[in-house]
Amino acid sequence: MIYRRFFNFPTWGFRRPSEELDRLRKQMSELYGALTEGAIPMLSAGVFPLTNVTEDSYNYYVRAELPGIKSDELDIQITSDGISVSGERKIPGEGNGVKYHRREREAGKFSRSINLPCEIDVNAVEASLENGILTVTIPKAEVAKPRQITVK
Amino acid sequence: MTNKDTKELQVKPKQEIKTATEQTRPGLVFTPSVDIFETDREITLLADLPGVTAENLTIDLRESTLTLTGEVESTGGADEEGLLLEYETGKYNRHFSLSNLIDQSKIDAKLNDGVLRLTLPKVEEATPRQIKVKAG
Repeated sequence: MIYRRFFNFPTWGFRRPSEELDRLRKQMSELYGALTEGAIPMLSAGVFPLTNVTEDSYNYYVRAELPGIKSDELDIQITSDGISVSGERKIPGEGNGVKYHRREREAGKFSRSINLPCEIDVNAVEASLENGILTVTIPKAEVAKPRQITVK
Repeated sequence: MTNKDTKELQVKPKQEIKTATEQTRPGLVFTPSVDIFETDREITLLADLPGVTAENLTIDLRESTLTLTGEVESTGGADEEGLLLEYETGKYNRHFSLSNLIDQSKIDAKLNDGVLRLTLPKVEEATPRQIKVKAG
C-alpha cells in the first residue's frame, strides 16, 4: 500500500497542475526503460538489510537476506504498526597465517524498522530464519482483514 | 568510524550478471559475495548464498576452473502483493580460476545459514617445503 500510494501516480485521482509534468516524466521513464531492457527500477531506503514486504488478505510478509546470521544474533521488535530488526553480523577471523585474495563479505551492525500500513496482530507474529533468509509473518488485525459481504 | 566493532553495515545491492552466457531458462542471475583466503595447505572460499539449500548448490571443479551455481526457489505465495520490494531473487553463479593444484578427493563443502564454506586442500607437491641450507 505504501508502494502504491507513493509510486503509482495514476492512483492519485485529483487533477493537479503538475499533471502535464507527470505525463512527461512517465514518457521519459518509459523511454529509459526501453533503453535499459526493462530493468525494474528498485526503490530502496538504503538501509541494511534490503527488505521485501508483501501482503495477502490475512498477513504481511517481511523478508530479508541475512546470510551467516544466527537466530540468536537477531533482535526483532514488533509494535502495533511496525517491525524493527536489528543485529550484528560477525565474521570470525581466520588466524594469522592467511593471505586474502578476495574480501567482499562485510561484518557490522544493522538496524532497520519498517512501518506497516494497517494494524497487526502483535501476539501472532512468527519469524523464521532459513538458509540465511529471514521471513516474518505478521497477521493483520481482525479489523484490517477483508470481509466478504453478500448482497441480498 | 575506524573501529571495526561499531561499523554499520552498508547496503550493497546484489550484483546482477549481465554478460553471463546466454540463459535458456528465464530468471535473474547474481554474483555472490565471496571471501577467498589461502594458507600453506589450503585455499578456503566463503560465499554468501542466501536462500540456497545444499541440494540446490552445484560446485564444479574442472581444468582448474571452479564454478559455483546456486538455485533459489522463489519465496512467497502466488496471491501475495508487493508493498516494498528492494531485492530480487534468482540464481547465483560465479567462476574462479585456481592457480594451485587442488587435491580433488579432499575438497570439503559446508553450507550453513546461507554461507558456503569450501575448503580446497592443495596437493602435496604444492605445499611449500622449507629446505635448510647447511653451512660448510
